Amino acid sequence: MTAIIATNQTILVVGGGISGMTAALEAAECGKQVILVERNSSLGGRTALLYRYFPKMCHPTCGLEINLRRLKANRNLRILTQTEVTSVTGQRGDYTVSLKISPRYVNSNCTACGECAKVVKKEIPNPYEYNLSRTRAAYLPHAMAYPQHYVLDPSIIGTPDADNAKAACKYNAIDLDMQVETIELKVGAVVWATGWKPYEAAKIQPYGYDRFDNVITSLEFERYADPHGPTGGKLLRPSDGKEAKNIAFIQCAGSRDQNHLHHCSRICCMASLKQTQYVREAYGEQGKSTVYYIDIRSIDRLEDFYRKVQQDSTVNFVKSKVAQIKLDEKTGDLILHGVDTEGYHRYATQHDLVVLAVGMEPESNGIKLPADLITDSSGFIEGSADLGQIAAGAASSPLDVNRATQSATAAALRAIQVVYKTSAIEEAR
Amino acid sequence: MTNPNQQGYTPYHNNFLKEVEQNVEDGTWVKMCMQCGVCAGSCPLGNAWEHTPQKIFMMIRAGKREEVLKSDSMWMCTSCYNCIARCPRKLPITHIMHGLAHYAHRLGLAPKGQPTREIAKLFWKNLVKTGRANELKFSLAMYFKDGFKQGIKNALGMQKVGIGLIKAKRLNPMEIFGGHKCKDKSGFQKMIAKAQEIENSKKTHIA
Repeated sequence: MTAIIATNQTILVVGGGISGMTAALEAAECGKQVILVERNSSLGGRTALLYRYFPKMCHPTCGLEINLRRLKANRNLRILTQTEVTSVTGQRGDYTVSLKISPRYVNSNCTACGECAKVVKKEIPNPYEYNLSRTRAAYLPHAMAYPQHYVLDPSIIGTPDADNAKAACKYNAIDLDMQVETIELKVGAVVWATGWKPYEAAKIQPYGYDRFDNVITSLEFERYADPHGPTGGKLLRPSDGKEAKNIAFIQCAGSRDQNHLHHCSRICCMASLKQTQYVREAYGEQGKSTVYYIDIRSIDRLEDFYRKVQQDSTVNFVKSKVAQIKLDEKTGDLILHGVDTEGYHRYATQHDLVVLAVGMEPESNGIKLPADLITDSSGFIEGSADLGQIAAGAASSPLDVNRATQSATAAALRAIQVVYKTSAIEEAR
Repeated sequence: MTNPNQQGYTPYHNNFLKEVEQNVEDGTWVKMCMQCGVCAGSCPLGNAWEHTPQKIFMMIRAGKREEVLKSDSMWMCTSCYNCIARCPRKLPITHIMHGLAHYAHRLGLAPKGQPTREIAKLFWKNLVKTGRANELKFSLAMYFKDGFKQGIKNALGMQKVGIGLIKAKRLNPMEIFGGHKCKDKSGFQKMIAKAQEIENSKKTHIA
């Protein structure tokens, strides 16, 4: 299938999160041939794991559904999941790309009926819940997964679990003989939409993410708030399952720090402001959120949201970078130590749960990128010098969903320009 | 100061930040502080300070010369380096605190009788005499710094420790007669004098 459309006028989009989907769709809807590759078994990326968007507090599933409809209706788009790019050679207008496709062990006959999951006994940490819960080793990544097909975890291949799953499938959808495939494609332009990953919170030693159960990251908090998440949408703290009603949000956890990420991750202030509203939603006046911040960076029109949260009687703001977190052994509560720089008051404040607003690091950090790709000092991708490879979304800079899709649309346009010029040169020959 | 423009500008004209940048060791870092307060929260002696480090940086920027230089806050620093380790902007906070203390001392503005300052003064006096620290004389000087009566009290209080040290050969009672010296004492003293001269010429006192 790919051989037909892989030419020098094809655009390759790497990464199937919100940016990659947007870039691929915009280019495909302009009539260009597009191949979208995604490393995981479903499209949607980190966006699909969020509970709500700021500032409108709407659900990501809504936008995802629209994108999936556009995607299904488009003939110019080919999607490869469980696929990684292993090399990109050549130059603008003439790239050769090697792809490695890992086996899903489930083919497109799958109707997502779920019979296989009933017979598989082994459980694995659920990668689509940041390992907060466990799932059967035959699973559907999440409710909005695309393609809507189950996945068999490679760890059960060769065990009775896999044979049972195969036997349980009525549609002949399980193929245990699938192997790793390597394919080569010709493309004219490459859009890198590889996205971001949360900064490793355990590296912020004084906050004790690796020592204290009730210190969690903002992304884990999204999963707790989500009705589809591990707690069914209840804000239960990990240590004892108690309802967390007095929650601290610590800003710049790993960002704007010479010891960690040097850049401002831009989205974390808005993310925490949004999350204070989850607490209000869950408990009304009974809940209490405290935001510890250096300065709140809600840019342009997002400031309205900040003003609104400031009016909220359940939300407190403390202008201070928390120096240290200590555990109260008896209650499992956490005591935050620091100095409020407004008035220079020393505090030691107790909270049920601490949410670290962790910074954004490029997902591509630690992955070997093609040599001609230029990255900035934090590892965000700027593109190739000949402009044939373009970065989109959070791969290029720390961006929220709104700005990531803008960036992706711009990247699609630039990719179209690249292949348009390529075709003009080819015609002139 | 007859120009009304200049008059209007004067209250906002911050000479003190410039003074600190020019005269205090690592003073150029002061403007890099982003007032997050992590140094203040991390300081194990933080509650003993009248002004925490990030507050001192803000006071310098606000031109509060007297309040900063006469304060005993920076004398409280024990050089544990917690603040430097955690500062998100990598300010050498410990060094700036010592720099400020030193500068206040040189100007004669440092608080009189502040224990850290007194110890530092006694230690320096003790050290430059022979080029070697005379621990016995230094301890005695410490005991008697608050008068003869208090000195006797202090010395008797430390009697056991002193005898123990002598028995363990960690303290030589003969040190009371001059004590051990460096090889070239006059050369050492010339070196110190020259260093003092260079320092004096380098650091101008602007008020």
